[in-house]
Amino acid sequence: MLRPHDSIIVQTLGRFLIPVVQIFGLYVLFFGQYGPGGGFVGGVILGTGMILSVLIFGHDASRSQLANKVLHVDGVGMLIYAGVGGLCMIGGGEFLNYANLEIPGLETASRRSLGIVLTQIGVAVDVAVTVVSIVFSLSAEEIVEDSANG
Amino acid sequence: MIVSYEIPLLLLVLVTAGGAILVKDLMSAVLLLGSYSFFLSLVWAWLGAVDVAFVEAVIGAGLATVLFLLTLFGTNPKDTRLRRPPPSLATLIIFPILGFLLLYAASDLPVYLDPNSPASVHISPTYLEQSYQDTHTPNVVTSVLMDYRSLDTMVETLVIFASGIACALLLRRHT
Repeated sequence: MLRPHDSIIVQTLGRFLIPVVQIFGLYVLFFGQYGPGGGFVGGVILGTGMILSVLIFGHDASRSQLANKVLHVDGVGMLIYAGVGGLCMIGGGEFLNYANLEIPGLETASRRSLGIVLTQIGVAVDVAVTVVSIVFSLSAEEIVEDSANG
Repeated sequence: MIVSYEIPLLLLVLVTAGGAILVKDLMSAVLLLGSYSFFLSLVWAWLGAVDVAFVEAVIGAGLATVLFLLTLFGTNPKDTRLRRPPPSLATLIIFPILGFLLLYAASDLPVYLDPNSPASVHISPTYLEQSYQDTHTPNVVTSVLMDYRSLDTMVETLVIFASGIACALLLRRHT
């Protein structure tokens, strides 16, 4: 079990830094089409923000609730990605051919752009959840010990 | 002008990589590995691969260091001092030969920025020319990864998902 960090400097900096990290992660995720970045890096940065809150405030703090809850959506990112592919098949095309997404009023290129955004969200959710899950797994041994002791 | 900082950068990469192997303390090795990834990301950025540099900086210098440190904290503190046996004779013979073979093979690689190299004449020009018309995505790396090669990326995502599941299965044992 990771306990809250003692130093008030670390806690104050964490309180300030975590929202900045999360917003930067969202920026990287959604501007991956216009600059460097994308779903993978954006997801890792989002997950890193949650890991930071777990490392600084501990497993049980209210600030770490997002990291605790996000563990339950393992696999949803994969579902989003494959679901977009399935929607393309429903639209009458090949798997993951975004030009067949059934959205009225959009030309082909804009549909493909939208498909890229949706799949990037899927990758980001998957990567963020996996990263937080691995960190929880690595510190899980002590959780078992703690529950055995108390 | 490029040469002025290219040589020190590559030297830093070599020194931090060698230091991470040679240093006795595991904690120092982890931190040296993090700085190695950071310098490597600078090399990628210098070569123009900004997306790769971004991933290297975030994963190598940020996340992998945190994961290594968590693993170190999870193990017994006395395990952090490493006792390394001296290299055997076979190691001393085989690895220089392997290195020589790699360098020999590297002389056959196309020259950097060569427009006639096989990688830049096959399908890359099509992607570079068609990407914006096809997908309205200025970043060609993103459009190749997410649109033209989308199935590959989906299976990569599946690999990441499987790695998370495997970590949970192996490490979160409730005995």
